[in-house]
Amino acid sequence: MIALTLHVWRQDGPNDTGRFETHHMTDIDEDISFLETMDLLNEQIAAAGEIPITFDSDCREGICGACSMVLNGRAHGPGQLRTTCEVRMRQFNDGDEVWVEPFRSRAFPPIKDLMVDRSAFDRIIQSGGYVTVHSGPKPDPNAIPISHPIAEEAMDAAECIGCGACVAACPNSSAMLFTSAKVNHLNLLPQGQPEKISRVLDMVDQMDTEGFGACTNHAECQDVCPKGISIKFISTMNKQYRIAALVEPNERHGRLESQ
Amino acid sequence: MNLDAHIPAGPVDEKWERHLQHINLVGPNNRPKYDIIVVGTGLAGGSASASLAAQGYNVHCFCYQDSPRRAHSIAAQGGINAAKNYRDDGDTVYRLFYDTQKGGDFRSREANVYRLAQLSRNIIDQATAQGVPFAREYGGMLANRSFGGVLVSRTFYCRGQTGQQLLLGAYQGMQRQIHDGKLKMHPRTELLDVVVIDGRARGIIVRDLVTGEIQSHAADAVVLASGGPGNVYFKSTNAINCNASAVWRAHQRGAGLANPCFVQIHPTCIPVSGSFQCKLTLMSESLRNDGRVWVPKKKDDTRPPSSIPEGERYYYLEERYPTYGNLVPRDVASRNAKLVCDDGLGVLGEGSRAVYLDFKDALAENGRQVIFERYGNLFQMYEEITSESPYETPFRIYPAIHYVMGGLWVDYNLMTNIPGLYAIGEANFSDHGANRLGASSMMQCLADGYFILPQTIGHYLHDIFKDKVTTDHPAFAQHEADVRGRIDTLMGIGGKQTPLALHRKLGETVWEHCGMARNAEGLQQCLKDIAEVREEFWNDLHVPGSADGVNQPLERAGRLADFIELAELMCLDALDRNESCGCHFREEHQTRDGEVIRNDEKYGNVSVWEYKGKGVDHVKHVEPIEYDLLKPITRSYK
Repeated sequence: MIALTLHVWRQDGPNDTGRFETHHMTDIDEDISFLETMDLLNEQIAAAGEIPITFDSDCREGICGACSMVLNGRAHGPGQLRTTCEVRMRQFNDGDEVWVEPFRSRAFPPIKDLMVDRSAFDRIIQSGGYVTVHSGPKPDPNAIPISHPIAEEAMDAAECIGCGACVAACPNSSAMLFTSAKVNHLNLLPQGQPEKISRVLDMVDQMDTEGFGACTNHAECQDVCPKGISIKFISTMNKQYRIAALVEPNERHGRLESQ
Repeated sequence: MNLDAHIPAGPVDEKWERHLQHINLVGPNNRPKYDIIVVGTGLAGGSASASLAAQGYNVHCFCYQDSPRRAHSIAAQGGINAAKNYRDDGDTVYRLFYDTQKGGDFRSREANVYRLAQLSRNIIDQATAQGVPFAREYGGMLANRSFGGVLVSRTFYCRGQTGQQLLLGAYQGMQRQIHDGKLKMHPRTELLDVVVIDGRARGIIVRDLVTGEIQSHAADAVVLASGGPGNVYFKSTNAINCNASAVWRAHQRGAGLANPCFVQIHPTCIPVSGSFQCKLTLMSESLRNDGRVWVPKKKDDTRPPSSIPEGERYYYLEERYPTYGNLVPRDVASRNAKLVCDDGLGVLGEGSRAVYLDFKDALAENGRQVIFERYGNLFQMYEEITSESPYETPFRIYPAIHYVMGGLWVDYNLMTNIPGLYAIGEANFSDHGANRLGASSMMQCLADGYFILPQTIGHYLHDIFKDKVTTDHPAFAQHEADVRGRIDTLMGIGGKQTPLALHRKLGETVWEHCGMARNAEGLQQCLKDIAEVREEFWNDLHVPGSADGVNQPLERAGRLADFIELAELMCLDALDRNESCGCHFREEHQTRDGEVIRNDEKYGNVSVWEYKGKGVDHVKHVEPIEYDLLKPITRSYK
């Protein structure tokens, strides 16, 4: 059992300036998760007649990407290859102080307390992060062999859960790791080839439009990424972008409008 | 209640094809005149929205998450079945049908299951075309693994994240349609009522979870793809916000609820530990493919697993079920884990409930790299949670609530008994009978969403477009008023207990009495306990804050109110079904060595419950199951 002091970011709404609120907790079981501790804290707050802390979380097993807290200055908290919900209390020592903040970025407007709006990521995908196919009969997958290393590399990129830790950790608030993961996942595969030029151009443009910053190789994103997405994908995306930008617009085999 | 399943005539393998030849269609020029609401964006809702929007319908899609990509299908790990027979090991459509029907202990509709097996092959083709990175062999061909309850290798996978990759395929399709303006997405929005006008589903009432605004949305058809109610049990492998509200509100508006007591307990979960836990973590059943399940032969054996010699280990699944071994179906694996733990052989300290799942032999045989590629993230996840490495010491596992086979009653077209109201994916009851086999939930969700609903919905829609209803219809205002009244009631109770505390109470009794084993006395007790929780809920609930804006305790309270009602119906259904079948293990009906005894004559049917109003008893209706192709046999995996 440990005791902690939690300084939690409270913000009533997007226009509120926000503040830290301090809570003391005792008798925390080291085996429970950090979010279960937050649940307990909320029970404590509700019992005192106050308003509980709002935060996003859902699957609580590190795959949905909903949870999004910065603990002591680190997106998703202590350790590597972890989402906030996977942080266990054994990561902390008795008497520690923990500063709990939301994922901060101009492109992630605050909603309430630790909850932010990450819909910018959806709009980046909308700009080209897909293969244009309708539902219906398709060729047998074994008709298009994909070598094991290519399939594995595409899978390495596809593992991104869209949590936004990369943005929160980046001094420039860049979304390059997120965007490059989707660009590489699809552009590595034969299915992604017909739209690869417009995909990389449109997704990077959308990323800029949303207000994310540029990449200046700090690699903080890779360090906090719960799925270990490599920054090598950023360099391959940059290479693809340069090549794509040289293709005349009328020769870019891109997306067709819906028929 | 009209329970005509509209199963087409003809031999079972030709039914779907014939059905497609004879149903009505809506032409491409007319599709933009129709609005379709889809609630939920998991594999079923995501694939249906993307497909319907691509066909030209106006789709309005709702989810409670901040992005459709986060729906809980994302957590499915192990894989998806398809009768491709790539391994030439004797797999056929019939065998997948047979395995599913037998796995479900002969409590599902043959025509639906056969269609599912037929469509399974198209799903892999569809997903690959979308760029889903299925595992490949060195020659570039798709790789397979095998799964519980079958003797062939027909499961396709993306490491341990098959669900996430398949969902991203559907999500990407949706995002494209959003970009093209055919699909309007409403994230962070929760369904609070279904609007039925003149006997047809015409829209929904929702709450915007950010602003707290109550909104009406009208449409020509409403599709519920809102998943299953496993969180009735409080501790389950579902995401913490998964709920039964959409299903229950539809039920209150007249939709029949079928077989609610059929609940799957997943055998390979991380055991409960610690005093405060609200979520159980599942590890893919595919682990049983290479891992061996055992407990020490001696009671209260405190030695570490590595120092227990082979001769003193009880590989109970391999010994009791030599043919299927560690790959017996989920209900059998779960029940046997419970039995050995009841016998005091559990391996997590005193009075413990856990068994070993050991990769020692698989690691020796295949090497660490191969095992990493197959299960890397599962090993990592386990180590994160327990601080033990499965490369060094066996997993400790125990069953947990995972999936609900029961759900809204639907016909062959996936329409409920309310015209215009559809239910797809886990929200319906149709394909898994009394027990679902591994790797088949994603198969069903995607078959429903990509290939069945988009074809059958036109049959309903083709003649109603002259008869549009808008939200100006007085029924919407009335439903909105109901919803507001309910929220005001919840906010105004002014008691002491939080929704979380009450939910835990509800879950404890339902798990104890309506979980892995049930009996009449326990179920009666459970009904009493549920009535007590209900009493406490409506008199002593405390919801802090206001309803205008984000209020997570209010969301939880509304969901809990519906869970309480559903829990009661689950117990009633479990009491009424006085036989054992699949997951539904009534202790009164078992063989001497603890296997289930079915009663096909009396219960070879679907129980469909009709809501009759608050405080009034439910009425049971029955849809008989016809066994044309496969006569029920005693299900044996020995």
